[in-house]
Amino acid sequence: MSRIAARFKALAAQGRGALIPYLEAYDPDWDTSLELLRKMPAAGADLIEIGVPFSDPSADGPVIQAAARRGLKAGATLAGVLDMVTDFRQQDNETPVILMGYLNPVESYGYERFCRDAASAGVDGLILVDLPPEEADVLAPFAKANGLDIIRLVAPTTSDERLPYVLSHASGFVYYVSITGITGTRSATTHDLEAAIPRLRKVTKLPIAIGFGVRTPQQAANASSIADGAVVASALLSTLAETLDDKGRATAETLPRVLAQIEDLAKAVRSADGKAV
Amino acid sequence: MTGDVRLLHIWQARFFTRYGSGRPEMADPKEHGTSAVHSNSLRHQPDERGHFGGRHGGRFVAETLMPLILELDEAYKVAKADPAFRKELDYYLKDYVGRPSPLWFAQRMTEELGGAKIFLKREELNHTGSHKLNNVMGQILLARRMGRTRIVAETGAGQHGVATATVCALFGLKCVIYMGATDVERQKPNVFRMRLLGAEVVPVTSGAGTLKDAMNEAMRDWVANIADTYMLIGTVAGPHPYPAMVRDFQSVIGTETKAQMKAAEGRLPDVVVAAIGGGSNAMGIFYPFLDDKSVRLIGVEAAGHGLDSGKTAASIERGRPGVLHGNRTYLLQNADGQIEEAHSISAGLDYPGVGPEHSWLHDIGRAEYVGITDNEALDAFQFCTRMEGIIPALESAHAVAYAAKIAPTLSKDTLLVVNLSGRGDKDIFTVAEHLGVKL
Repeated sequence: MSRIAARFKALAAQGRGALIPYLEAYDPDWDTSLELLRKMPAAGADLIEIGVPFSDPSADGPVIQAAARRGLKAGATLAGVLDMVTDFRQQDNETPVILMGYLNPVESYGYERFCRDAASAGVDGLILVDLPPEEADVLAPFAKANGLDIIRLVAPTTSDERLPYVLSHASGFVYYVSITGITGTRSATTHDLEAAIPRLRKVTKLPIAIGFGVRTPQQAANASSIADGAVVASALLSTLAETLDDKGRATAETLPRVLAQIEDLAKAVRSADGKAV
Repeated sequence: MTGDVRLLHIWQARFFTRYGSGRPEMADPKEHGTSAVHSNSLRHQPDERGHFGGRHGGRFVAETLMPLILELDEAYKVAKADPAFRKELDYYLKDYVGRPSPLWFAQRMTEELGGAKIFLKREELNHTGSHKLNNVMGQILLARRMGRTRIVAETGAGQHGVATATVCALFGLKCVIYMGATDVERQKPNVFRMRLLGAEVVPVTSGAGTLKDAMNEAMRDWVANIADTYMLIGTVAGPHPYPAMVRDFQSVIGTETKAQMKAAEGRLPDVVVAAIGGGSNAMGIFYPFLDDKSVRLIGVEAAGHGLDSGKTAASIERGRPGVLHGNRTYLLQNADGQIEEAHSISAGLDYPGVGPEHSWLHDIGRAEYVGITDNEALDAFQFCTRMEGIIPALESAHAVAYAAKIAPTLSKDTLLVVNLSGRGDKDIFTVAEHLGVKL
């Protein structure tokens, strides 16, 4: 069983959803982001999403754009991000790691080589924002051959007719983009989510995680109980950005504050009303 | 279906009567699928998925946008086959845009250079001063059919922004134009023009604050406002169907050129030269000639400080295929697949990509792609102005520069057409600065 499947199965047995915090690789530097990655599981991360910095993140809001820019300034490369995962796997062989990013750095690296290297580094799944199922054939065979899950995005705009097509290509879990918009801008209401998630359940047996606009512990608890997990990105990156000095460097505050926020989120997710086991 | 085709034929007959063979390409059923005669035509690209030659183009967008892209594709297919749409577009192109634009024999330029006969396709005479209005007029009519009430667009030099703001004023639609902060600064007259037309101009400060960043921001706006918003892309790039649709709307340039050259000289031109940023004016004049193998098609990219200077916008000559802004195409990028900033003296050309159909034409060798530097374009800007009394846009000056370079090497019976895609009024401040003149 893949790490992702194993983790969702274990959480279902506990009757709760997953907290999936996000970090941008190399933000604001290699050492800090690796340290953050290493400490995330103890702070309560059930799965971890690592953003691969890209020069033109056209689906992301200002907070993730700024984090990507800091990462690139610190010298981020796709190979370097894989090294980071390799390093993390020395001490943690259970927490699933998902890379999230845009297609061009992967295409530039080479699809086959990338899937092989990502799998051997210990990556479990890929979310490529600008790779819809229509174009996924460039990557899918290599991902499959290397046991990498391709995590599909579903949006409120995805019609009932289109859903089966999108989900027929999915594995790992389904990422529900809860708003029509960019990351970190607004949030979906409980009412929206309670209507949306059952629509997906009819079409897939995969776990569903909710992302885009999940900021507070309450929202995370809510989303992870309506679905099977909640992704928190911009809220954590905002906190990280606030702790940097005026030259954009990490300070003594950086790690403790981001980790404390993850702990708060995790506490809320763990105490959320139990899901039906 | 049969009824539709018959209507199309009736419409075509009317169009022929009015414009001779200078009809736009898009509504010709012979060219689009009903005949096997042209099965080897280069004009059958892209495929259903929007791929040119199986490799370039495509639809690389976030899932939120995908349903909109599919809806647009469908709406465009229906509009393309609807004679009423064609008739409406035709009306606006003639009476509002001012088509057909003349094909001007540049006699003084020809004599001065002492080689090929040079003709200028006068797209700068269109209302708003560039070829951009052809496409914008087509897309705004489509947006209206789709019931959209708010238009977002990206712009570099402002030609596309001004054209978009113009049609939004004409039809009373809300208009938001994203423009790089650097470009807002260097294209002040166009910014003022857009605001006079009632558009909101939003300066974009991310990246280098140029066209690439404006495109990212326009896509972000679209994804957040999908219910009422139409994204009006100004060049032959972006996700399918934009590259094909913009080309279709611009192909009126080449179709007219073909007819006008036949009328003037009794035959097709030998060489067609056009400037390339994203490549819409070039694609518009190239497309009707793709199957005429005797016609050399030359796309002129902005070499900036020089092709090997590192400060260039020559995506085909110095880039490699990659994925940006919804399509796969030649891109300026580093070894890790990060997109690099382009540089050109012309704000309209400094885009790190190029339309995917150009990438394919380059791969199969049907069109040639060359570079012209900032300084060569500046010289050509002045040369064209003094020789013909026509001030070309800096974009078009790149095409003029290459034409002036090769004309003396060609025989006197060679017919060479330069697509004069826009007028240079917007660029006089940039040119004055480079010439050390204070305005």
